Amino acid sequence: MEILAPLFLQAGYNTALVTIGAALLGASAGAIGSFVLLRKRALVSDAISHATLPGLALAFIAMVWLTGEGRSLPGLMLGSALTAGLGLLAVDWLTRRTRLAEDAAIGAVLSVFFGFGVVLMTVIQTLNTGEQAGLAGYLLGSTAGMLRSEAELIAVAAGVTGAAIFALRRPFTLVCFDPEYAGGRGYPTGRVDLALMGLLLAVTVIGLKVAGLVLIVALTITPPVTARLWTDRPGQMVVIAALLGAAAAWIGTAISASGEGLPTGALIVLVAFALFVISLLLSPKRGLLAGLIRQRRFQTLVHERQGLLAILRNEPIYDSLTLRRLKARGWLRADGQVTPEGLSAARRAEADAARWQLYRQSHPAEAELLSGRMMEPMARVLPPDLLAELDSRLALAAAKRGEAL
Amino acid sequence: MNPFLQLTLTPMLIGVLAACACALPGNFLLLRRQSLIGDAISHVALPGIVAAYLLTGTLSATAMFLGATGAALLAVALIELVRRLGRVEPGAAMGVVFTTLFALGVLMLEQSASRNLHLDVEHALYGNLESLIWLEGTSWSALLDPAALAGMPPQIFRLALVLAGLALFTVTFWRELMIGTFDPSFAQSIGARPRLFNIALVGLVAIAAVASFDAVGSIIVIAMFICPPAAARLMTDRLSRQIWWSMGFASASAILGYVLAGYGPMWFGSPHSVSAAGMIATVSGVILAGTALFGPRRRQNLAA
Repeated sequence: MEILAPLFLQAGYNTALVTIGAALLGASAGAIGSFVLLRKRALVSDAISHATLPGLALAFIAMVWLTGEGRSLPGLMLGSALTAGLGLLAVDWLTRRTRLAEDAAIGAVLSVFFGFGVVLMTVIQTLNTGEQAGLAGYLLGSTAGMLRSEAELIAVAAGVTGAAIFALRRPFTLVCFDPEYAGGRGYPTGRVDLALMGLLLAVTVIGLKVAGLVLIVALTITPPVTARLWTDRPGQMVVIAALLGAAAAWIGTAISASGEGLPTGALIVLVAFALFVISLLLSPKRGLLAGLIRQRRFQTLVHERQGLLAILRNEPIYDSLTLRRLKARGWLRADGQVTPEGLSAARRAEADAARWQLYRQSHPAEAELLSGRMMEPMARVLPPDLLAELDSRLALAAAKRGEAL
Repeated sequence: MNPFLQLTLTPMLIGVLAACACALPGNFLLLRRQSLIGDAISHVALPGIVAAYLLTGTLSATAMFLGATGAALLAVALIELVRRLGRVEPGAAMGVVFTTLFALGVLMLEQSASRNLHLDVEHALYGNLESLIWLEGTSWSALLDPAALAGMPPQIFRLALVLAGLALFTVTFWRELMIGTFDPSFAQSIGARPRLFNIALVGLVAIAAVASFDAVGSIIVIAMFICPPAAARLMTDRLSRQIWWSMGFASASAILGYVLAGYGPMWFGSPHSVSAAGMIATVSGVILAGTALFGPRRRQNLAA
């Protein structure tokens, strides 16, 4: 297959370099995106990425004026970083100084900056330099025909950004979870936030050429959201998001290099979404499949418990699933007679049910958290000392009932 | 010959109608902190239109409208699904969904490019306001001539209809919309069905976005959903006044933006005009910046 060559870096030096650069970019974007997601500011990167357009166009115009040639990647990156920074400041200023909420500020900045960028793009079209087509790639991302120097710049810049994120992981984590505590520990919260947004901006600007400014935001959102499905721990989440981002960028770039009409940015985003869907189905913690299995197991346990309690009360059992489970566990013989194991299991079930009821009265909040395991043997769910306490209280209550009689 | 009627009146009018159609529901989105729904919906209109084209093989207005509306509804459902199943904040869920659908649209477009599709991503983003001219408008009397009026771009009638429908909905269900916006739980308790109106509002946003999208491109749609209502919010505390302000700001952005795009470059000695869509968005941003600096209600209500 033609996709295999680029996937395993066998499609020429340039394609391999671009693929590695994209993967490094994906890793940095996933990592910084995780912190931004935890800070609940995921869509800020949408404002940043759209705000790059006027800077891109201005840098192009300036370079054409000065040198006659406008497509130098470092110059375009610098220009887009400038207006993206302005956009970021504008979002911050609107949120802090007026009563507008952050989502409105994000939307206003992204549409206005992008609109002004479009105005400048039409100015460029009238310059007749014949090379404005080079800018179109920045809108939707294109690695086709990328120069070796450009690929090297993207790879190195993405690597440096990743290293900076790694170096700052501790303050980022603290500020994301507990800004006040972080402030108390002596971390300058404002400056840590600034560094977070600065690195997000850097990733966005570096990724423009690969993913395009409309779609780069996906690289900072989708992998972190996917990683969230696999873990509850922030440290792990950042690592998983970086791996997912790198994988999406690697595979997407490889597919894009394998044929015509396969835009890089779109493919990276679609691969990232595919990884999200797979995780949503299969993740052991929050996956749909795992949830379905847990629900089935719980249902089975409820049927077993109800069957055992019915045996103790000498009630007839009609439900076919209950009968099947009791027979499968060896608690009922084929002719419907209760086995000795069945009787002792029924006594245990009755005791567990009583323990659970008492536990729910004495520790309602904890019981709520453990309610998914209420059908399991209590000895497996609760620690031994708590179990002993519950049992002694149940015995006391039983003794009191005996006296009353 | 009358260059104003032929070349300027219809695009300007279409710009004003589109801006008002987006700004009207935008007021409610702003107060409900759902402003970015408009952003998401206008991005997913692209895959909807491409899918409609691939299915029907035509670029008829009906097919495009149905495709874009379907994509918008699909996007809203997917956002809700991702938010619930992935347990993430609405903003992140929106980011996942609209980028994916937009990427799908781009891919479909690139894959079908060989089939001579008169539709490209830039057109979807920037729109084509300048081309919506009225050649029959040779003199002022043409405004009263049915035959000449029929030659107007169809977008003008479509947008007028959509704007009228939106206004009718807003006036008819004013109480429900207002209570549902400011106090959803109270609205629930008195049977004002806030969830139903929330869905209806999103549906109207989709219709406004799709109807404007075809004429003016997605970038103005997003700007008009957010900027005029946001600027109006900094002018007044009353919702009804806010809506009037936003209509005024939207119309001013459209007219000023169109004029500046057409004639502005001439003042700098350039014979070429610039993108009207981009200029309209820019003007709305300048208006917002002005109200953010000087609007009488720009701060939080500290006294209240």
